Amino acid sequence: MKASAFDYVRAKSLPEALDLLARHGEAAKLLAGGQSLLPALNLRLSAPEILIDISHLPELRGISTTATSLRIGALTRHVELQNAALVAEHAPVLTQAIGHVAHAAIRSRGTIGGSLANADPAAELPACALALHARIVMQSPRGERVIAADDFFTGLFATALLPDEILTAVEINLAQPGDVHGFGELARRSGDYAIVGLAAQGRVQNGKLAALRLGYFSIGTKATLATKAAAILTAGGGIEAAAAALADDLEPHDDLQADAATRLHLARVLLRRVISGMMPSLKAAA
Amino acid sequence: MNITLTVNGETVTADVLPRTHLVDFLREHLELTGSHLGCEHGVCGACTIRLDGAIVRGCLVLAVQADGGVVETIEGLSDSGEIADLQAAFIARNALQCGFCTPGMLMAAQDLLLHNATPTREEIREHISGNYCRCTGYQAIVDAVETTAKQRARAQ
Ligand SMILES: Cc1cc2nc3c(=O)[nH]c(=O)nc-3n(C[C@H](O)[C@H](O)[C@H](O)COP(=O)(O)OP(=O)(O)OC[C@H]3O[C@@H](n4cnc5c(N)ncnc54)[C@H](O)[C@@H]3O)c2cc1C
Ligand code: FES
Ligand code: FES
Repeated sequence: MKASAFDYVRAKSLPEALDLLARHGEAAKLLAGGQSLLPALNLRLSAPEILIDISHLPELRGISTTATSLRIGALTRHVELQNAALVAEHAPVLTQAIGHVAHAAIRSRGTIGGSLANADPAAELPACALALHARIVMQSPRGERVIAADDFFTGLFATALLPDEILTAVEINLAQPGDVHGFGELARRSGDYAIVGLAAQGRVQNGKLAALRLGYFSIGTKATLATKAAAILTAGGGIEAAAAALADDLEPHDDLQADAATRLHLARVLLRRVISGMMPSLKAAA
Repeated sequence: MNITLTVNGETVTADVLPRTHLVDFLREHLELTGSHLGCEHGVCGACTIRLDGAIVRGCLVLAVQADGGVVETIEGLSDSGEIADLQAAFIARNALQCGFCTPGMLMAAQDLLLHNATPTREEIREHISGNYCRCTGYQAIVDAVETTAKQRARAQ
């Protein structure tokens, strides 16, 4: 199908984009890579009056480090994320995950800011942001606001972004010695949205797994941290006890791809695979 | 809205509605009908074109977004001879039947070969996984891409 009619304006700076957004309010939609928004427009699931193209804003570009964190600009395209040495060094779970997102011709346009703002429960990047304890940076006419990824994803395609806010960057703590990560997803075809997926980040301290964060996606209405399972694993409770606890941590849903029971089963399969990949010693103990 | 862009090496200026997709602009305004439209929501790959050097979905880019950009289509790649060997291998291997997917498939395959001169069959399958072919069963397409990669490596 074709999209219904709308106006289009290309913002040249962040202040201009914020001003346009404030002026048009709910009638406007921000356009970054367009790889989620344009399908929605074409299917007429969304019919904004005006698109504000933010893809040329210099303030939202670039990947850099400070003394403490890695900063990824909201307009960083999936292909740039995939090839960035700083990301591979400090947040390798993103490097691993991004290859599973769609296909080359979509990764060439889609952005990290768009993926996080879109908050698709089946998307890889929100779960990675949770696992990495990322901070989401947002700008509005009132100034800048930074919140933890844990508080950013509020529900099905819903986030803490206010109608006049633009997501400008993602910040992640620099890698520390002992950091370990793991990623896995089960999908019918390469590039498809996963049936279930898991992004994990932790640290090995004195031979034990610590600071473990398990970000699940495509299970329930939003990306979800499995906190009970993670606590069991860091307390030395073993993979099977953690797998059992996933029943409390997750709220699996039914859809055409799989029913809730299958999803929970697959979430456990992924936990065993991903954790034993991160900590081969745990596999022997399980 | 007024846009100016480069299409297959020529500068084009046109007046388009914001809702016009880049692939519709190419097909209807410029009569470059080599890029096809299947699903119109990013899934089938029939509309794959090059924008500023990278392959994109022509149905997921608006013509107004391409203002100031450089577009290359299957017509451009054919005329310049850039993919003549790949096209010959597709014919030799029977890697097309109805041909609907072929322009997009060639764009994706050439993109792979530019970034990875000696891909494995697995890597070829992975790279064309976003391009649907309802006729060939893919085997012959993978053969053709693999053959072209080997020929190019030998010619180096
Ligand atoms: C066929 C296909 C398969 C796909 N498969 C996957 C997959 O397997 N996994 C996956 O994760 N994704 C997948 N995607 C989606 C893709 O990753 C998108 O690129 C991504 O979800 C959105 O990024 P975007 O920059 O294109 O955002 P857009 O489409 O431009 O925007 C998406 C939404 O976010 C808002 N937005 C964008 N940027 C900002 C910002 N900076 N601040 C505030 N709001 C903003 C927009 O207003 C819009 O509502 C797929 C897409 C297609 C077409
Ligand atoms: S028509 Fe664009 S991907 Fe199918
Ligand atoms: S040759 Fe018919 S769809 Fe591929």
